[in-house]
Amino acid sequence: MAGLVIEKLSKNFGKTAALSNVSLTIKDSEFLILLGPTGAGKTTTLRCVAGLEKPNQGTIEMDGRLITKLSPAERDVAFVFQSYALYPRKTVFQNMSFPLEARKLSQTEIEQRVNEIARKLAIDGLLNRRPAQLSGGQQQRVALGRAMVRQPRLFLMDEPLTNLDFTLRVEMRAELKRLQNELAATFFYVTNDQVEAMSMADRIAILDHGVLQQVDTPENVYNHPANLFVAGFVGNPRMNFLDCRIDKNARVIVGKDDLWRISLTRSLFEKVAQHKGGGEAVFGIRPEDVELSNEAETDMIRAEVYVVEPLGDRTIVDMRLGSEIIKVKVAPNFEAASGDSLGMQFDSERFHVFDKSSGEIII
Amino acid sequence: MIDIPFSRTKFWHYITRAALYITLIVGMFIFMLPIFVVINTSLKDPAAINLATTWALPAQLHWQSYVEVIEEFGPRIWNSITLVTNATLLSAIIGSLNGYVLSKWRIAGERILFPLILLGMFIPYQGILIPLFEFMRDARLYGGIPGLIIIHTIYGLPITTLIFRNFYVEIPDEMLEAAAIDGAGFWEIYTQIVFPLSVSGFVVVIIWQFTQIWNEFLFAVTMTTGASEPITVGLAQLAGGQAVHWNLPMAGAVVAALPPIVVYLILSRYFIRGLLAGSIKA
Repeated sequence: MAGLVIEKLSKNFGKTAALSNVSLTIKDSEFLILLGPTGAGKTTTLRCVAGLEKPNQGTIEMDGRLITKLSPAERDVAFVFQSYALYPRKTVFQNMSFPLEARKLSQTEIEQRVNEIARKLAIDGLLNRRPAQLSGGQQQRVALGRAMVRQPRLFLMDEPLTNLDFTLRVEMRAELKRLQNELAATFFYVTNDQVEAMSMADRIAILDHGVLQQVDTPENVYNHPANLFVAGFVGNPRMNFLDCRIDKNARVIVGKDDLWRISLTRSLFEKVAQHKGGGEAVFGIRPEDVELSNEAETDMIRAEVYVVEPLGDRTIVDMRLGSEIIKVKVAPNFEAASGDSLGMQFDSERFHVFDKSSGEIII
Repeated sequence: MIDIPFSRTKFWHYITRAALYITLIVGMFIFMLPIFVVINTSLKDPAAINLATTWALPAQLHWQSYVEVIEEFGPRIWNSITLVTNATLLSAIIGSLNGYVLSKWRIAGERILFPLILLGMFIPYQGILIPLFEFMRDARLYGGIPGLIIIHTIYGLPITTLIFRNFYVEIPDEMLEAAAIDGAGFWEIYTQIVFPLSVSGFVVVIIWQFTQIWNEFLFAVTMTTGASEPITVGLAQLAGGQAVHWNLPMAGAVVAALPPIVVYLILSRYFIRGLLAGSIKA
């Protein structure tokens, strides 16, 4: 038994429920990222694990030990705050040695550990500075260092890269991943940035309105979203959602105003057949799974170019189909201008259909 | 042609500026007049002091009055210093702890407790004078500086608690939470994290309490006797009686006014430095 087990965790602030019935298992040495929009309850989950917040219900177990009622100091977890929360009157060395001094380690061991971690984070030249004399990136490293000196079993990180500028953030993503590998420690990391989650996590847990939506590998979250929310939240530009109707007799999905149709393969139809809901549904397709063509082939849907956004490495073309807009990812050399009429084709297998009322996935 | 409106606005700008400065300078002179009279009179030969020559400068500087005042009131100045340093430090330290608990720890009944503490600021001295006197006498604390230290410490707590609480609310909770996770307890968080950030809070409180307690007269005159009186009581006795030698109360007033001014001059530099250090930045 190792890692962290969160069982049926609920937390209310007054009458509003911040977390409802969240159950989540983090394996030993796993990098798990809790992803969700602002106000989803991500930070609350982390604070409950750290002991900064008392859950109304549920249990938290670490390495097989029930920690729900322990004080933060007794839990042996490290926390990296979004604001870093460095101690302004202490030097970098004193900031990093503070957790060791509170644990009454010998002075030689403290010095040895702080110096070792400082070297690892390339901040060994800054040990005598105060936090106010450091850049944002350096402060962030000190905050990490303060967490690392304790060699905790579990690192809790609350959006640690959010306050960094873009280049540094990309750099630190790779570095954090490397550190996690090197330390072989368990990382429980919170962010609202799906790119961060996709690039670093072993598994992603997606939270919305205090309810866990899906826990899976980045690949599966992207390719097999559990519901409409996950499908829309992960991916940039986000998945296109179109109103549609399931015609079980003809084994086709029919678009709004009958502007397009897509026939179902046998395996896909079997899934649709099991679905008991009504015919109204939401069709979802990622921008890279739509094809555009200048040649007028008969089996293509005709649509009008609305906007063209060249992004350098790729181009996003917004197509207007009736009253709906579909974003399409094309090669950067694709030529199109607003008002052009183009042929458009959906990938025959890489698409999803969601129940309109529940949001649950059908295909 | 073009610069006519420009120079007209400039002209009015100078006029209003000049009017402002003249008003301020006149105001300053009016406010400085009593101070001038006090210092001027204190430096005159007692024989040369009379109403007709109030405004005249002394013919010769006469420092003798200061020597006499210090000789006579030296012990009382020392009483005041003992009283003020002890009461100020005690009320500042306890107020700081109160503020720390009230702003950073969840305690039962805090919503009632804090306003109750603040109510203490609005109790007039006169209102509790007689019961306080009787209590202090029964507690065998009447008649000396220690009793007065206790009174001023307690009377100062509402304001020092309020100042520190509002000061500590600005310290991000996350900083203390980080310390709690790092393994620090209640006292370690206070001594290691909160107290080092409190310099400017302490300066504000010390300036305030020092001035209040130094200048306080009513409790001092009621609770102390003879040799244990602070300077304010002694000063009042100088000014009483039939034939007043004006040079002595004037010199006494100058001497009595100096310590709070010195404290302010020394601490205000730290005060501004504390603000500029930007120590509390999230």
